[in-house]
Amino acid sequence: MMETNTAILVSMALPVLACISNLLHGDRRPNLRDGITLLAAIATFGCVLSILINNGGAPTEIFTLFSIMPGLDIAFHIEPLGLLFALIASGLWVVVHLYAIGYMRGNNEGNHARFFAAFCFSISATLGIAFSANMFSLFIFYEILTIATYPLVAHKGTEEAKRGARIYVGTLLGTSIGLQMVGIIWTYVIAGTLDFTQGGILHDKEVGAGLATILLALYAFGIGKAALMPFHKWLPAAMVAPTPVSALLHAVAVVKAGVFTILKVGIYIFGIDFLAETGASQWLMWLAAFSILAASIIAMTKDNLKARLAYSTVSQLSYITLGMALATSMGVIGGGLHIAMHAFGKITLFMCAGAIYVATHKTEIKQMTGLGRVMPITYGAFLIGALSIIGLPPLGGSWSKWQLMIAAADTEQLLMIAVLMISSLLNVAYLLPIVAKGFFLTDENNNTGSGIKEAPFWCVTPLVFTALGCLVLFFYAGDIMEFLAPIGGG
Amino acid sequence: MAGSTILPTLGIIDQLPLLTIAVPLVAGPLCVLFGNKHIAWVLAFVASLISFLFSAHMLLQVLDGDVLSYHLGGWAPPLGIEYRVDAANAFVLFLISGISTVILPYARKSVEHEIKKVSHTLFYCCYLLCFTGLLGVVVTGDAFNVFVFLEISSLSTYVLIAMGAERDRRALTSAYDYLILGTIGATFFVIGIGFLYIATGTLNMADLAVRLAGMEGNRTVQAGFAFIVVGMGLKAAIYPLHLWLPSAYTYASSVVTVFLAATATKAAIYVLLRFMFSVFQPEFVFETHILTFIIMPLAILAMFAASLIAAFQTDLKRLLAYSSVAQVGYMILGIGLATKISLSATIIHLFNHGITKAVLFMVVGAFVMQKGSSFAKNLNGLGKQMPWTCAAFVIGGLSLIGVPGTAGFISKWLLIDAALEEDLWWLALLIVMSSLLAVVYVWKIVEVLYMKQPEEGSVIGEVSISMLIPMWILTIACIYFGLNTELTLTSANVAADGLLGGGAQ
Repeated sequence: MMETNTAILVSMALPVLACISNLLHGDRRPNLRDGITLLAAIATFGCVLSILINNGGAPTEIFTLFSIMPGLDIAFHIEPLGLLFALIASGLWVVVHLYAIGYMRGNNEGNHARFFAAFCFSISATLGIAFSANMFSLFIFYEILTIATYPLVAHKGTEEAKRGARIYVGTLLGTSIGLQMVGIIWTYVIAGTLDFTQGGILHDKEVGAGLATILLALYAFGIGKAALMPFHKWLPAAMVAPTPVSALLHAVAVVKAGVFTILKVGIYIFGIDFLAETGASQWLMWLAAFSILAASIIAMTKDNLKARLAYSTVSQLSYITLGMALATSMGVIGGGLHIAMHAFGKITLFMCAGAIYVATHKTEIKQMTGLGRVMPITYGAFLIGALSIIGLPPLGGSWSKWQLMIAAADTEQLLMIAVLMISSLLNVAYLLPIVAKGFFLTDENNNTGSGIKEAPFWCVTPLVFTALGCLVLFFYAGDIMEFLAPIGGG
Repeated sequence: MAGSTILPTLGIIDQLPLLTIAVPLVAGPLCVLFGNKHIAWVLAFVASLISFLFSAHMLLQVLDGDVLSYHLGGWAPPLGIEYRVDAANAFVLFLISGISTVILPYARKSVEHEIKKVSHTLFYCCYLLCFTGLLGVVVTGDAFNVFVFLEISSLSTYVLIAMGAERDRRALTSAYDYLILGTIGATFFVIGIGFLYIATGTLNMADLAVRLAGMEGNRTVQAGFAFIVVGMGLKAAIYPLHLWLPSAYTYASSVVTVFLAATATKAAIYVLLRFMFSVFQPEFVFETHILTFIIMPLAILAMFAASLIAAFQTDLKRLLAYSSVAQVGYMILGIGLATKISLSATIIHLFNHGITKAVLFMVVGAFVMQKGSSFAKNLNGLGKQMPWTCAAFVIGGLSLIGVPGTAGFISKWLLIDAALEEDLWWLALLIVMSSLLAVVYVWKIVEVLYMKQPEEGSVIGEVSISMLIPMWILTIACIYFGLNTELTLTSANVAADGLLGGGAQ
């Protein structure tokens, strides 16, 4: 077994090697190229898994790769939340890679090599975010992730894709440099360190409630990837990307990197006790609640399937922000749990949307009547994913919602319980009609008669797999919560 | 803190402060004497390389806070002329000579392409004189000597800019503009020096510092200070004294633009630093409130106004020129805050921006070479055709924005740090917001290069390897100095210490 620090570096280096291999192969030998990437993906997941087996979730010593300036180190360590995030990202990479091969070929998209190269590089940056031991390292990888995903969003090269990519890069770079960086430097000036420390680094530094509120605002809005309103527009704009990108990067890696950073800042920079004492996160709780409801309502008005899923993501991400803003250990554990549950649910939904597109080239929900009868596997998986997002047992999503509601009850924020419940109802209202139309509505668009069948094998298998994942996670939620317990300070 | 002052003996090492200047000064006329453009290039390159090695050696000597003092002709200061090298000017010498050495191999092809054949020898002669002048301005410890070298560099710069007339006749009017404004600046500077001389009877900077202590209320001294700051401000292109810069950079030939953008304003900023903090005591500068009420607002104005103007430019050269005016704003802002960290930020930004802008202007030079134009509309889709050049632009652009992992980030970090240490959080926000304007104009060009379709039937190749290598040496430097700050940060910190501690005593 590898030593933990070596495993961290190897898991970040493998995707970079895969990226280089993609660039070298170009579009000449696609099977060899995609095979090598698949092996790299499996090996990367193996590396992260070996850390889990070796080490459990126990926090490790900080390991400094190199120092840019005194106090500014590129450094890594293991802690439960980061390890969970790394496991999800690297594990789902394997699945999505298979799916992407099926999608890109089935759909005759161009520039495969550039696409897969950028994809691999983004995974490396995501793992860097997950393993960062201080806010500065995290920030660096956060920026790399933004730039590495730009070619993916702009992939189609159409005017629409370019506009979407511009909004994407503009919002993410703008908020991170304009707000987050100020927050980070300010934190550094106050605390003299940026290391992630259990209990936070600000509580013994004479930071009043007012200053803490400003700092938290710089972070909450500066971490644009968390898509907190009003900085959520980039997420629907980025949906012009090919669906595998939306699936992994914009339902898992990129957006989860955002809320992951929010949780990290809450737990390890401010410290949840400090947040609870100063009440600095009260406003954030209300804003997150607003985001949850507003985005759900917007989602109902969208007829484009991917746009609807995008707004659903905006709403679900705010669950996690809400978990942090409640400033209680149950809230952050619920938030961490929701990262995992939502990842599986939403990736299933996006892959279904992609499979429908590959099979029929339809993007609007109103055109999808009766499709369920010819694509039963895809629609079945969609149903499972949707139910998990809504939060019904026996699917994984039910536990994280449950946990967040307990956290809200615990802090006596009864209104938040109501928000979560209304949101579930809204989820029902915008997700289930899609399935219902697919199975039961009369076939006005002649979908059943025109020879449409399920998408290719490599498109369908991965989404079945993640749908089953939603089911399996229901039974392992307790283990994950136990694993995450240290981040709540318990 | 300033350690011992090393006085010269007879070894060659001790002559370095003088030799750094003397070698290119002698090489310049030699170019004309030989009258052959190939020999002229070799002379320029060798002289520049020697100056670079000497500067690097001196920088290493002064990094622990020592000061090298060289007495010209053996005449002891304050009567004789003294060359005085501490971390602040050794670092700037290192930048100027380093940039010059890297761009000369690039210059060869570019000059052949852009300047008419008969003038090549004269070009290298003027280049060397300009180079000498800039080094001299920085190395000398004598106030009047600064003026002499300033004129050497300015006069040769006017000629260099005017040589761009081969490509665009407007180079002549922009050289003329610069001639007028540059002369006004130099005249103001020398009037200021004169006032100080009237008040103190000395021209040696260290001696001036001693004698000026306690003369804060003296009207002559105050007027002298004002003349010096405005005069040098013109040379440094401090907003709104920048009017000469955009046209000069736009119409000069590519190599000249690279060299001037990376070095000329930097030398002027250094002189400002030297006068404001070691000749005049920081307390004097503070008491006159010039920093808070004049310098800082102007700096902020430059950061926003010039960046905004840059965002609307269609000529890449002019766009980068306005960006330079904005970047000078950051350096002036560091001076305005007048703390140790902020001065470090200014000095390190001087260096980081020097290499960043050199890369970007070199890329534009390559475009001019291959495409005959620096207008954005003619650069569509060059990313595929000139992959190395365009990649250099992206990295240089990221450094200009201040993305982490590049040199530009380090200077921004220090500057924001300095603002927050003073509890000026609104200033920190302004700094980052103006960097966002840089995102706008850099990304605009990146999109043109990579996202637009190239014109039908245009077959453009990469520039020759002799241009690519210098470009990429500096591109890699942009990344290297963003990841390893040992040299730059140590130099800047020691320099800031020296300046604030009255390094010229």
